[in-house]
Amino acid sequence: MSVMKRLSGIVQAKTNKLLDKAEDPRESLDLSYQKQLESLQKVRRSVADVTTAKKRIELQATQIQQQADKLQQQAKAALSQGNEDLAREALARRAALADQLADLQTQHQQVAAQEAKLIDTAKKLQAQVDAFRTKKETMKATYTAAEAQTKIGEAVSGISESMSDAGMSIQRAQDKIDSMQARAGAMDELLASGALTNLNQPVDDIQAQLDKVQATDAVDNELAAMKAELAADSPSGELPAAPTGATAVEAPSDGAAS
Amino acid sequence: MIVRILGEAQYEVPDDHQGDLDALDAALVKAVDSGDEAAFLVALRALADDVRKKGQLLADDDFVPSHLVVPFADSSLEETRQLLADARPDEG
Repeated sequence: MSVMKRLSGIVQAKTNKLLDKAEDPRESLDLSYQKQLESLQKVRRSVADVTTAKKRIELQATQIQQQADKLQQQAKAALSQGNEDLAREALARRAALADQLADLQTQHQQVAAQEAKLIDTAKKLQAQVDAFRTKKETMKATYTAAEAQTKIGEAVSGISESMSDAGMSIQRAQDKIDSMQARAGAMDELLASGALTNLNQPVDDIQAQLDKVQATDAVDNELAAMKAELAADSPSGELPAAPTGATAVEAPSDGAAS
Repeated sequence: MIVRILGEAQYEVPDDHQGDLDALDAALVKAVDSGDEAAFLVALRALADDVRKKGQLLADDDFVPSHLVVPFADSSLEETRQLLADARPDEG
């Protein structure tokens, strides 16, 4: 059977639910107008929802980007220390984040598309609300009771059908937003736990190793400086071969205690 | 006749264009029944384009019910199937 006819029947059924059977057809114009306003409110709420969802994804992308940048710097630092394995590890983790980022970008595009559609739906509905507000008063004034029955009935059916359409458009966008929000929620949890992206701990891992190397370097430098100092103090130009006197005895016991 | 494209607008399509619309609709039915996504997308686009081209866009203050309804022009086969399956249960 024809897709267009079947769909027409479905829209009709939805529309019938929206129709108010008022005694006075003129009254049904006002009721329809009220419903139209409610419908407009609903679209606007959906627009706000989708905008929030979009911002959330942007925030997640920013967080992941920052972590990726950090890993990039750490890879460089590791390489400058000659630790290629550590640099490789940092870059591998950065690549995993890049995948996440690409996924978020796709989601962002989808959310933005839904946002654009809803804004469009809201605009169209607003235009109809404005048009209907004037038209219903004209209709009330012009039609006799007999004419009103058919003419107003048709207009009310028409406006109700538009509301059904808007309702279906909202539902459609909402379904997509819901599934994206579920994914965004999962991403938030993963970001918080660090499980998926290994965001916090591994980055700190790499940082710890880098810091350790730096600390070791600093200790080595200090040691070298001390050695040089002692060598300069010693008349023979060499370190004393064995401890002589109280100060020399104290030194090893300090070392053992620490 | 009045044709609505869901999520888009209503158009007044000349009655003598009914035959062409029926042919495009038949192609859409065939694609839906066979589950051929590619054919479905082509058929849906062809139908929506035809309504836009042959039809006259209704003004914002034309409040009339439609005779025929075209699915959301960018919908997938699955989405359209669900839309059509929506039919029976919620009468009244």
